Amino acid sequence: MIPLIVIAIYLSIVVYISIFAFRQGKSTGEDFFLASRTIGSLVFFLSLFATNMTAFAILGSSGLAYQQGIGVFGLMATSSGFVIPMSLFFIGTRLWALGKKHGHMTQVQYFRDRWECGSIGTVIFALSVAMLVPYMIISIIGGGRVLHDISHYKQMVDGVEQTFYYVEYWQGCMIVAVTVTVIVFFGGMRGTVWVNIFQTILFLLFGFVAVYAISREVDFGAIVAKLGEDKTKSYLVTRSRIDPWFFWSYTLVPLSSIMFPHMSIMCLSARKVSAFKRTVVVYPIAIMLIWLPCVFLGVIGASVIPGLKAGETDGILLLMLAKYAHPILAGILGAGIISAVMGSDCHQVLAISTMFTKDIFSYYGGDKKYGEKGVVWFGRAFILLITVVAYFIALYTSQNIFELAVRFAFSGFAAMAPVMLAALFWKRSTKYGALASTLVVGGLLVFFYILSNKFVPSKDPKVVLLPIWDFAIGGKYMLSWAKNGDIRFFNMHTVVPMVFGSAIAMVLVSLVTPPPSSATIEKYFPPKSEI
Amino acid sequence: MKTAGLVLFALIVYALHQDFWYFDKLNVHGFLPVGLWYQAIFACLCAFTMWVFGKFAWPEHLEHVEAEVLKKPDSGEGH
Repeated sequence: MIPLIVIAIYLSIVVYISIFAFRQGKSTGEDFFLASRTIGSLVFFLSLFATNMTAFAILGSSGLAYQQGIGVFGLMATSSGFVIPMSLFFIGTRLWALGKKHGHMTQVQYFRDRWECGSIGTVIFALSVAMLVPYMIISIIGGGRVLHDISHYKQMVDGVEQTFYYVEYWQGCMIVAVTVTVIVFFGGMRGTVWVNIFQTILFLLFGFVAVYAISREVDFGAIVAKLGEDKTKSYLVTRSRIDPWFFWSYTLVPLSSIMFPHMSIMCLSARKVSAFKRTVVVYPIAIMLIWLPCVFLGVIGASVIPGLKAGETDGILLLMLAKYAHPILAGILGAGIISAVMGSDCHQVLAISTMFTKDIFSYYGGDKKYGEKGVVWFGRAFILLITVVAYFIALYTSQNIFELAVRFAFSGFAAMAPVMLAALFWKRSTKYGALASTLVVGGLLVFFYILSNKFVPSKDPKVVLLPIWDFAIGGKYMLSWAKNGDIRFFNMHTVVPMVFGSAIAMVLVSLVTPPPSSATIEKYFPPKSEI
Repeated sequence: MKTAGLVLFALIVYALHQDFWYFDKLNVHGFLPVGLWYQAIFACLCAFTMWVFGKFAWPEHLEHVEAEVLKKPDSGEGH
């Protein structure tokens, strides 16, 4: 019960902050959706980081490390530590400048103006929303699971100890959905960003506190040595279960970060471009501060709480905290996890609302008909609608956090990076190139989704990759299934054919179709400027 | 020359991420396996890399955008 009380206090604080922000806000679209583009450097970093990090950084990372070992840290965390700051440096700064100069609030607004296209912008919008909504749903699932798991208590029934929960899963999801709705509905971007300051500090401290609390009860050195000596588990303290080609291919996945609408919209909210300069330096260290303790504790968990099945491993940190940490500390750490969940979820909800309001409602005449205040209230109404829909989907979805996120969001958004790069840096790129690229991404997503649904696990436990087609080069099958049903392309992540397919489509189709007018090209590529 | 140097530097850092030389090494330093130590140090290298890029490749022309926008009477209300 104590952890729940701590989390309830935390939730009350964030709701109060958002309502305070509501009182400070203006009734313009730019203020509600972008906090009037006035976010300072430190707040920008804290909020951007909260936008980027989800429950996966804490729960999914430790769960995956429980299964695959320490390689998860290099696979996902340090690859992000290199690629995300680079993309912020080269893409984020340009988006900020274009937004400031031309007033864009979404990627699609920029694409429509840059390539003189309306319908194609709508196609890109549809694909982005289709990929972002599942990502938003997993945040609610993650939050619901945390509140449910952390509320457990044990009681003797007929002489047998049984586990009960104060908060059911559906109630946990509802608490998360309602809190996120209140924060975004009232606070808009300003409220979300203010809440993020509190949230990011909390979950950055999470790793340190968790390691300290558990180290008081567990001898890490002895456990790591024991794992190394055990031939059946030594893979946990090496990278031997992760194919080197797969490891490399994963470095393309963080390209998705800047393409997620909530990240690119966040980039538009900075007051000055100098905010990016400090952010990109601190970013890799901040990623390490969260991921390193979580991955390490996931590996330790495989030794101290063995036997969890694939669907249960995401709960390893919560199990360890319940076992080794004081209830008040477990509550604070639980609040840290909920912070990671809500920080990103708030921005996802706000981004979807911004996109529907600006790319659809305003674009097709809503702002002229209903005015600035009408646009803001449309955005608020949409926030209510999308969180209710997401809540009910979350209740009836049982897929693992990691699988859902990667399949529907990360690969697809990473594969949209060539579209953004072409828009920013290639004058000759065309709207038809962007359309071809988008269709390739959408088509491959559907193709891989269908293939992964046809997966039937091998009866032989030694089989690591199950071939889909017999065609192979150098002993690597072109398409195969991994043990969890994910598709591999020559042993690599499916993000590889998607990113390269998207880039090739953009280049080839752009070269054979007419470029935008010279006026538009001069607008976006003015003389003596690199914008 | 500066651009080529920075591109080469970034490529070297990117290649260093692969650490296939610690692919199946079991060495433990303190309580952390060598593979985790390496990647933790790599994260610090990423931070240094971004500092270098900020120092030598910062898009300074973008810093004038805000001043330009403020000069316009109808700034900030596009779309």
